[in-house]
Amino acid sequence: MLLSIRSLTKTFPGTRALDEVDLDIAAGEVHALLGENGAGKSTLIKCLTGAYRRDGGTITMEGAPIDPRSTLEARQLGIGTVYQEVNLLPNLTVAQNLMFGAEPRRMGLIDGRAMRREADRLLRQYGLEIDVGRDLGAYSVAIQQIVAIARAVAQSGKVLILDEPTASLDRREVEMVFDVVRGLRDRGLGIIFVSHFLDQVFELTDRVTILRNGRKIVTEATARLDRMSLIQHMLGRDLDHAAPVTRAPDADAAPALLRIEGLGRDGVIAPFDLTVGQGEVVGLAGLLGSGRTETAELLFGLRPAQTGTVRDANGAVDLRSPRAAIAAGFGFAPEDRKTDGIVGDLSIRENIILALQARRGWSRPIPRSEQNQLADEYIRRLDIRTSDREKAIGELSGGNQQKAVLARWLAMNPRFLILDEPTRGIDVGAHAQILRLIRTLTAQGMSVLVISSEIDELVAVSDRVIVLRDRRHVAQLTGQQVTGDQIMRAIAQEGAAA
Amino acid sequence: MNTRALPLYATIVIFLLAWLLSWMQFPNILSTRVIGNLLTDNAYLGIVAVGMTLVILSGGIDLSVGAVIAFSGVLIAVLLRDTNLHPLVVFAGVLALTTAFGACMGLLIHRLAMPAFIVTLAGMFLARGAAYMLSIQSVPIDHPFYKTLRDAYYLMPGKGRLTLIGVLMLAVVALGMVLAHRTRFGTSLYALGGGEQTARLMGVRQGQTTVLVYAFSGLMAGLSGVVFSVYTSSGYALATVGTELTAIAAVVIGGTLLSGGAGYVFGTLVGVLTMGLIQTYIVFDGTLSSWWTKIVIGLLLLAFILLQKGLLTLSGRSLRKGAA
Ligand SMILES: Nc1ncnc2c1ncn2[C@@H]1O[C@H](COP(=O)(O)OP(=O)(O)OP(=O)(O)O)[C@@H](O)[C@H]1O
Ligand SMILES: [Mg+2]
Repeated sequence: MLLSIRSLTKTFPGTRALDEVDLDIAAGEVHALLGENGAGKSTLIKCLTGAYRRDGGTITMEGAPIDPRSTLEARQLGIGTVYQEVNLLPNLTVAQNLMFGAEPRRMGLIDGRAMRREADRLLRQYGLEIDVGRDLGAYSVAIQQIVAIARAVAQSGKVLILDEPTASLDRREVEMVFDVVRGLRDRGLGIIFVSHFLDQVFELTDRVTILRNGRKIVTEATARLDRMSLIQHMLGRDLDHAAPVTRAPDADAAPALLRIEGLGRDGVIAPFDLTVGQGEVVGLAGLLGSGRTETAELLFGLRPAQTGTVRDANGAVDLRSPRAAIAAGFGFAPEDRKTDGIVGDLSIRENIILALQARRGWSRPIPRSEQNQLADEYIRRLDIRTSDREKAIGELSGGNQQKAVLARWLAMNPRFLILDEPTRGIDVGAHAQILRLIRTLTAQGMSVLVISSEIDELVAVSDRVIVLRDRRHVAQLTGQQVTGDQIMRAIAQEGAAA
Repeated sequence: MNTRALPLYATIVIFLLAWLLSWMQFPNILSTRVIGNLLTDNAYLGIVAVGMTLVILSGGIDLSVGAVIAFSGVLIAVLLRDTNLHPLVVFAGVLALTTAFGACMGLLIHRLAMPAFIVTLAGMFLARGAAYMLSIQSVPIDHPFYKTLRDAYYLMPGKGRLTLIGVLMLAVVALGMVLAHRTRFGTSLYALGGGEQTARLMGVRQGQTTVLVYAFSGLMAGLSGVVFSVYTSSGYALATVGTELTAIAAVVIGGTLLSGGAGYVFGTLVGVLTMGLIQTYIVFDGTLSSWWTKIVIGLLLLAFILLQKGLLTLSGRSLRKGAA
């Protein structure tokens, strides 16, 4: 075995995150590590790479016991890692981020030019041609994520660990990353792959290990499992499916909440018309960079529109700034919740009421009993796994943090809610729960705009789907047309046209 | 171009403009004599500000440096008065001491996870108190070697004097630039200033870096003490009160973000010179009270903090765009 973990145990105050977990990684395999949010996947990885001290258990690599006490030591042992919650450092250049710890030197000093050349070469393997001398923060989340992957790959002599590496990547980029991973596998590396995208698990991995509540449930060859049994092992029960959406046959069935006409901004998004019905879910589909997030940003005043109007029953709606948009009853849960969203040291309760309190103004605090009630309600509805509502949000697992941030925007109870990738990093069980919650909210009259890269998710939740391409709204699918096939076809026509 | 370089360019532009304005009023201000004095008069400040820059880049602060300068000065003066040691030996001892002092503060900050503000504030009282213990009065230095040091200058065309301490300051700035931009230690500083947790996961040795950067700041404070004692030919426990704040002001005016993670050592030099230029202008004018220096510096500081705040908001936006 390349890497053997025996009886790994880790306890946090009040939580046994890992309970005598065994795991074997062979050379030349991609090993999926699966489990619900909070099952202990990231904790296992951090114990393995020295980011956390383990409480018990042994780790051996190629027969010899290892005990990395810092991520640096792990790297020197040939273990490269993409951590779930980390997008590297936005204030360093791309090249510095990529090469930190392995900078080329000349006469003892870092050779900036060689470093940029090498960084450029690394990124080209992923089809990325960017100015590596610029700050990482200037680039999109997707690019940052590829840089993080490239960094881990470059460091991994023997083992590569990827903790939800593909969350913000589109199909083509995922393909590129997979190609690189397969190449490394063929060279004899052992790869640990954590993901909530089960399709990717089946596509890429050779074996699967499933954790539940900090315990190892099973290790099995991927080919011998099907989707159902995988989910069963993860959740310890069957998945209760959301009732399929009964879509209105045509777009204008519901009374209109918003009429958007000719809204646009140069170089950001071409002018578009859109009518959002009361209690309707509109899905936005398209590749990365097709203008989905931009549409949302225009609608929320993050970037003021240059042309067009938005009207409701009372006339024009002022959307010149997020403040104005919030005052108009709009809400926006952004895509990059990982870095923007959480205030790590505040409790779950405080994080959930944050936006609501901000809207009321800090001089009128929400009564504590109401806060507790709201927090408890969303902890239940979104199935946030925590011992209690006063736990610091930074101590939750990655997926549970995401749910808490989502709860913040839901608690605002806006009349029009924009959700950018609402289920990113959320496990299959909670995934269905969130989609159901969206439907419940719309049944109560809220209108929702959902941006998602997962087409199944759009089909499951939307009344209507708008397809974007090259910063333009190109198609609208309603009623019976809302199927995975149709959406794919509308997105893919790019290739046909080019 | 990176947005975080904007404050640096702004500083340089402001410096050149200020110089141009002064020059139109007092053409003499461009003479090598004035330039030489500018470097000499601000040498001690420039040196200590380089140390401060690195500390601030790492997300910390060092409030002890003003007191450490005074302490070093007094210690040097007392040792030269009471012993027969050669000044160079005394300098070496003082530098070793202040470096160790800084390292200890760094260790405390890291080990006890205490705010740098508190630890270095304690360090400030400690160093100032120790200086008083050595001597309450000002102790003059009349060692012949000091005369040699002061007389070591290069006479520039136009009779300006490029003094040893002025050159030393420029050398320290160069050293700071190399450390910040060409070593892993420097990258680690930026990384820690950008986000400690992320930096740790990326393999930054937080403890080592923290101890080193405060040790470096201590070394620079000691060196600044040496330079100040050469400059004033004395050691005085009440000297350089508030110099840590002036140094911080120079760092911020030089375009370094007070919260850490972004900035340039070269900017700090420009910051120090800008402040020196304002002072020179006021001396030239002759009618203005020297308090105007403080007022102008205060306004500049305010302007820079506003500029940085604006840039942060802007780059936050640009961070969000692009992804769909
Ligand atoms: N720093 C911490 N302090 C306290 N508890 C923690 C800490 N990190 C994780 N935990 C707890 O350990 C458990 C396992 O968390 P972990 O992050 O490993 O889950 P995960 O399997 O990675 O989930 P996800 O899919 O959401 O990323 C959770 O109950 C979490 O609350
Ligand atoms: Mg995780």
